[in-house]
Amino acid sequence: MKLKTIMFWASLALVVIMACNFVMAGKAITLKGSDTLLMLGQRWAELYMQKNPGVVIQVTGGGSGVGIAALINGSTDICQASRSMKDSERKKIRERYFNLGSEIPVAKDGVTLYLNEKNQISELTLDQIKDVYTGKTTNWSQLGGPDAKIIVYGRENSSGTYAFFREAAMKNADYTSSMQSLPGTSAVVNAVAKDKYGVGFGGAAYAKGVKEVAIKTAKGSFKPTAETVKSGQYPLSRNLYWYVRGKPSGEIKKLVDWVLSPEGQEVVKTVGYFTVK
Amino acid sequence: MSLKKTRFKYLGESLIEGNIKITAILAIIAVFLIFFFILRESLPIFFNGEVQQEITFGKFFQGIQWQPVSDHPRFSLWPIIMGSLKVTMIALVFAVPVAIGAALYSSEFAGRRLKEFIKPVVELLAGIPSVVLGFFALIIMASFLKNIFGWTYRLNAVNAGIALGFAIIPAIYSLAEDALNAVPKSFREAALGLGATPWQTAVKVVLPAALPGVSAAVLFGMGRAVGETMVVLMAAGNAPLFSLNPLESTRTMTATIAAELGEVVFGSGHYHALFFIGLTLFTVTFVINLISWALFDGLMSKLYGAKK
Repeated sequence: MKLKTIMFWASLALVVIMACNFVMAGKAITLKGSDTLLMLGQRWAELYMQKNPGVVIQVTGGGSGVGIAALINGSTDICQASRSMKDSERKKIRERYFNLGSEIPVAKDGVTLYLNEKNQISELTLDQIKDVYTGKTTNWSQLGGPDAKIIVYGRENSSGTYAFFREAAMKNADYTSSMQSLPGTSAVVNAVAKDKYGVGFGGAAYAKGVKEVAIKTAKGSFKPTAETVKSGQYPLSRNLYWYVRGKPSGEIKKLVDWVLSPEGQEVVKTVGYFTVK
Repeated sequence: MSLKKTRFKYLGESLIEGNIKITAILAIIAVFLIFFFILRESLPIFFNGEVQQEITFGKFFQGIQWQPVSDHPRFSLWPIIMGSLKVTMIALVFAVPVAIGAALYSSEFAGRRLKEFIKPVVELLAGIPSVVLGFFALIIMASFLKNIFGWTYRLNAVNAGIALGFAIIPAIYSLAEDALNAVPKSFREAALGLGATPWQTAVKVVLPAALPGVSAAVLFGMGRAVGETMVVLMAAGNAPLFSLNPLESTRTMTATIAAELGEVVFGSGHYHALFFIGLTLFTVTFVINLISWALFDGLMSKLYGAKK
């Protein structure tokens, strides 16, 4: 009998604690969206929570499209996106919330072409990159390399990087069917690092253990560095965004201001992206 | 007092019984609701004019390209149907001999102690989350196989098929073992009494007698393989190529849904197309499971029905 009473109170206590957790979670600021921004978002959240005890920030990935959908249906406060919103998405925000939402560039990224470190090629033109990804060029010898098949790696079509690369590097042409789409940029980097004849693309911050390709333009060849990305000399530079419904206010505004402050932007550098200002 | 207590007990029991009944019914209702949801989301392909501008039923079978995000989207199902079939077949080729062999060993040859060890351990394999199997195949097995055989593509149908094989071995083993165990002892005694060796008894008497059940186990494994997602998503490379070559990358129907549903614009042609794939998968696995179930039922009445 006594044991039962104890069990009863214990389970009641457990339920109460869980309920409290739900209530707390309701107060948390949620960030959702791009996998490219996931690492950065988490680092920001950690630091911000350390500095402001009592604020809870939850960060999840899933892809830019997922984040924007969550923003539209109200299940996230802030959406992290590695591409700007499509017109159809803006329209939905306006229909539901009677404003356009705010687009806040929080960092810059140079989408980088990765090669295996053993690959002798170190620079390519945008046209060459396009031909590789549309399937027109299939052998490294066509690019001045050894006679071996090019193994093309890319991302799933739910990725913001997929969309950006298609727009900026391929002029909206279609990817070749033989491109292997991998879940996540780190999977692409891992595949290229292990595959002597592989090629892949993704955020500059992820390029560990692989070679970054310099892109040859009329003005010279550029690797994605702080200067070339900020000046736009590197042709595959892009903004990384935060989206909020309406104007940021209250806790969210404080967080946004901090992220754009020199302190927040310092985090951008340590993660491997580039500052907005 | 004691009467009251008994009545209370009865009331409690009927409450519990009612509760269990409701949960059972809820589970069935849930399955139906899921089916109707998938059906409802794929119907616009047939009836909604706006959606039909993007995608019609005929388009699923035109050409050989799955290229939904494009200025000219193409929705041919051939490459992903081919991908699913290819990976499933490879998984079966790998898993069936291993699983049936193991089942035959543990039901016919292993001592009781060993048997009690083998069965739970093989079934433990079913407890490995498929994402872990997929990760293993993606990072370790792919490089290993590539270095040994010198394949062009690290991630290919064979790599995914083998990993998938690991995922379905426990299911096939478990069901096949049950089928073999269901063969009455008298069959074995008769065979041994006529001078057959244990091996002859196992392969020429017990296995043929349990064959419907063993085929049911294989089909059940096949159903699992068709529906398995995470392993193929990670290990197959996901290139929607229409090719029979098992050493090229491939994309299955399940991986296509998993990878693309997250981003797709709600209510677009692409969205409904993914649900149509889901409907197709649901139907295929349902039919496979139904056949498997019928076979197993047939086995039971074959072995025990005559006794009545």
